[in-house]
Amino acid sequence: MSDSASNDTLTSQESPSPAERATLVGGRRRMSTDRWFQRLCIATAAASVMVLVFLLASILVEGIPALTSTLVLGTPEPNPDEAGMWPAITGTLWVCSLCALISLPLGIGTAVLLEEFKPRSKFALRAYQLIQLNISNLAGVPSVVYGILGLTAFVSMFSLFDQVREPGAAAYEIGATYYDQFSNLASDPFLSMGSEEVAERYFFVPVNARTDAPTIPKPGMQALEYVDNVLVPVEVTVTDPFDAPAEPEALSYAIDINAVPGRISEKNWYYFRLPFGRGVLAGALTLMLVILPVVIISAQEALRAVPSSLRDGALGIGATPWQVVWNVTLPASIPGIMTGSILAMSRAIGETAPILIIAGIVYIRNSPHHLMDSYTVMPLQIYNWTSRPQEEFHQIAAGGIILLLAILMTFNAVAVLIRHRMHKQQV
Amino acid sequence: MSSVPLSDSENHALEQRVGQYLKKPRRNLSLIRIRESFFFFLLIGCGLFSLLVTVSIVFVLFSETLEFFSADEVTLSNFIGSARWNPLLGETKSFGIWGLISGTLLVTGIAMSLALPLGLITAIYLSEYAPRKVRDVLKPILEILAGIPTVVYGFFALMTITPFLQWLHDGFSVYNAMSAGIAVGILCFPTVCSLAEDALRAVPQALRDGAFGLGGTKFDATIKVIVPAALSGIVSAFLLAIARAIGETMIVALAAGSRPQATIDPREQIQTMTGFMVQMSGGDVSNFGTEYYSMYAVAFTLFLITLTLTMIGNLVRRKFRESYE
Amino acid sequence: MSIVSRDRKVQVMNNTGEPIPSESANAAPGQKPEVALHLDNLSAWYGDFQALHSITLDIPKNQVTAFIGPSGCGKSTLLRWFNRMNDTIFSARATGTLRMGDQDLLSSRTDVVDLRRRVGIVFQKPNPFPKSIFENVAFGPRLHMKLNRSELNDLVEWALRKASVWQEVKDRLHSPAVGLSGGQQQRLCIARAIAVGPEMLLMDEPCSALDPASTLAIENLMDELRSQYTIVIVTHNMQQAARSSDRTLFFFEGRLIEAGDTELIFTKPTQKQTEDYVRGRFG
Repeated sequence: MSDSASNDTLTSQESPSPAERATLVGGRRRMSTDRWFQRLCIATAAASVMVLVFLLASILVEGIPALTSTLVLGTPEPNPDEAGMWPAITGTLWVCSLCALISLPLGIGTAVLLEEFKPRSKFALRAYQLIQLNISNLAGVPSVVYGILGLTAFVSMFSLFDQVREPGAAAYEIGATYYDQFSNLASDPFLSMGSEEVAERYFFVPVNARTDAPTIPKPGMQALEYVDNVLVPVEVTVTDPFDAPAEPEALSYAIDINAVPGRISEKNWYYFRLPFGRGVLAGALTLMLVILPVVIISAQEALRAVPSSLRDGALGIGATPWQVVWNVTLPASIPGIMTGSILAMSRAIGETAPILIIAGIVYIRNSPHHLMDSYTVMPLQIYNWTSRPQEEFHQIAAGGIILLLAILMTFNAVAVLIRHRMHKQQV
Repeated sequence: MSSVPLSDSENHALEQRVGQYLKKPRRNLSLIRIRESFFFFLLIGCGLFSLLVTVSIVFVLFSETLEFFSADEVTLSNFIGSARWNPLLGETKSFGIWGLISGTLLVTGIAMSLALPLGLITAIYLSEYAPRKVRDVLKPILEILAGIPTVVYGFFALMTITPFLQWLHDGFSVYNAMSAGIAVGILCFPTVCSLAEDALRAVPQALRDGAFGLGGTKFDATIKVIVPAALSGIVSAFLLAIARAIGETMIVALAAGSRPQATIDPREQIQTMTGFMVQMSGGDVSNFGTEYYSMYAVAFTLFLITLTLTMIGNLVRRKFRESYE
Repeated sequence: MSIVSRDRKVQVMNNTGEPIPSESANAAPGQKPEVALHLDNLSAWYGDFQALHSITLDIPKNQVTAFIGPSGCGKSTLLRWFNRMNDTIFSARATGTLRMGDQDLLSSRTDVVDLRRRVGIVFQKPNPFPKSIFENVAFGPRLHMKLNRSELNDLVEWALRKASVWQEVKDRLHSPAVGLSGGQQQRLCIARAIAVGPEMLLMDEPCSALDPASTLAIENLMDELRSQYTIVIVTHNMQQAARSSDRTLFFFEGRLIEAGDTELIFTKPTQKQTEDYVRGRFG
């Protein structure tokens, strides 16, 4: 109605030709499409901000009450009120530092090769293109596939050590001492009925290898006992339970002559085994596979940003390619490489799927002590808690997410800071 | 400038001393050369490592998949011809990969119908419309979104999106494809956005000026000139995002459920390829049964799909870059 | 145009590169200058593009030789073959003879590291390393020689004095080199090249990024260095070639058109193209 009216006024006042009218109307319509599109854009952008706000808010609301010292310093107990993620925090620290130690030299080395040692022959050129294409394709491989690879290549090592059929057993190992563990007769329910004042004690008899036959208790055998976390020799008596001594003092040193010991092991910090098993090293190597393409690509970008005049300058006074890299290009690109590496490490910290594949959901109460120790990481612990039905666990999962995000934000902030300072220096 | 306030004799002494240094024996060139080749081969080793990774992925997946197909209860026709995935139920075992692929496709479809249009529109906004101040706010937000671990998105899907969906509509089960799909969409949004924006920004300014010079509005210039010019870059961004969505694991493991079924109902629980792999590794399945090896067959399928998408995406992107450099 | 005439030994060649008897009245009769570089039939390519066509010439020792010619005429390419800087470009290759003494510089057995020490190069844009002034100059000596601290100090001071920049930087040897002015940076780069004891200095348009005062300083410096070093300078600036060189070679489209005494090239060029170029009709 109003449209026709405006058309009428146009016609009556200036009577433009139909063609002119079409462009005018078209122009107006185009202008309004432009405006509408701009509004759509702003709405979309606003929605993305809203999503982030909503996401953070829902996690903060749920998680802040759970942020207690227990959550940080406690162990993952079955009772949500007592549960914490200290083993997961130390596990993340172990796995990610180890991963950085391996992946940064490898990744930066590859980037240096591709950027600084340019091919001098057709064959080399083809090889470089292949490596480059391969890296960009590796960056697109889902991390869960790396988990599968890690499971086969590191955890079980392609089953090369096939004599090992028991799960978790090692074919070769160093740094482990094995003991047979006996308990005193106080733990025998039949005997201890009358003598409740006798405390349970454990005695350890060293054995040479994991595969030795169980120790048969003999009078006068050498035994050890933990006193203040240190193993000290102790005198034990071996008796038949039917003529066991009655007095508690003697009973506490007595071992059943028919007792079958449990085999336990004490592992040094340098404990090493093949295959790696579901340990820290296997996890770090698997994460290394995941972030290697990221490290390479970002280091390449950092090296490319170094002006080639610096390279020419060094080459021009007779520096070898490696001397150019070591003395000129690497120092000049360190800030860029660091930024990229930090971002890659924050990816490693948050990566869950490959760790879940190679470590499985296991109940870990201790921080890792050696490279082969079992472990859990923060995102895995969060996954574990989230996938449980109880509401209380979801709350501590949210608390854990806040911790994780706080760590990642710190990493990102450091990266942004370095980048910022770099820009300042260049200007 | 060139007059040096140094007595002639001092100058002469310096000249003589330096003359002697310059005549001194130089560093042993062959030693330098040995060190040079040592480092060069070390770096070549680093470079070859990345190839080794690919080779071992293919080797591991392929050999273990062969192991899977060599089992009596598995046939290739069942694997690629059936949509029933029942690896664990003893008597009615069936290994129809489509049961998992359909779940993956459903989640990816939901995610992409969110992430692709919204990501592209935001990219256009950032590269063509947004004032500097808005860019300075939006870009870091996108970076933060991209840096959030996927397990957090999984938590978000299960704890926030699912209850919201259930509040909207009663039919949604606790685990459903919709919730996971939305979360994967949010996850992929920054990827689409930043890659598409790179593509749009790579379009030369001259093309924009040309469009404006003909009297076009910003919208005309964008839709008729810039987006078509950046099309291959945008397509590659889309392909990489789709690959990312297909390989996404933690969100679907938490929110999508664990019942493999070929359905297009987003309210139902489904299982994706990645979800199945997580279920297998987390459970108490023995390390040597057929169902264990089925994990490798699924991984191989997943790897082939994502590798194809990534390779096409990278090739398209390279072509695109070449046309503007 | 002011043409400097100095007392110089020159050797003039015709455009095919054959040495022809010197016409210069000042040349000592019968005394040929020593040859630093000998080129015979040198051609160079980038991929399929031939950048240089059969260049034959001698670069005399302890003189300043200027390469002039319009952009893309191959003069920089030729200069960068003198110390094999072109090795960094994948598609670059050359045929023919390029000798320094009895060393064949194009041979794959030539050690480019030692060659580049003996033939230093200064680039168009000053490119000091992002290190201190001292470290910039000490960079080369550290790579090539075993010197103790005081010897290194001596060497750095000597090189900076040679490059006439010592007075300006002696109080801030350990501050960043990028803080210097453009002209100072370029002289620092010359000091950096000198510090490894080269016989020859290649300068690839060393003044094109500099202001007139800095340009003058560099030209004065070249004048002082010519007694000890063979200098080859590529320049777009004809006045600069006329002011500071003993010999001038004119290149056009990858060919050596004319070579000779600077004075003659600028006053009595024998070739039409040279005349057009030095008169400013193209380029």
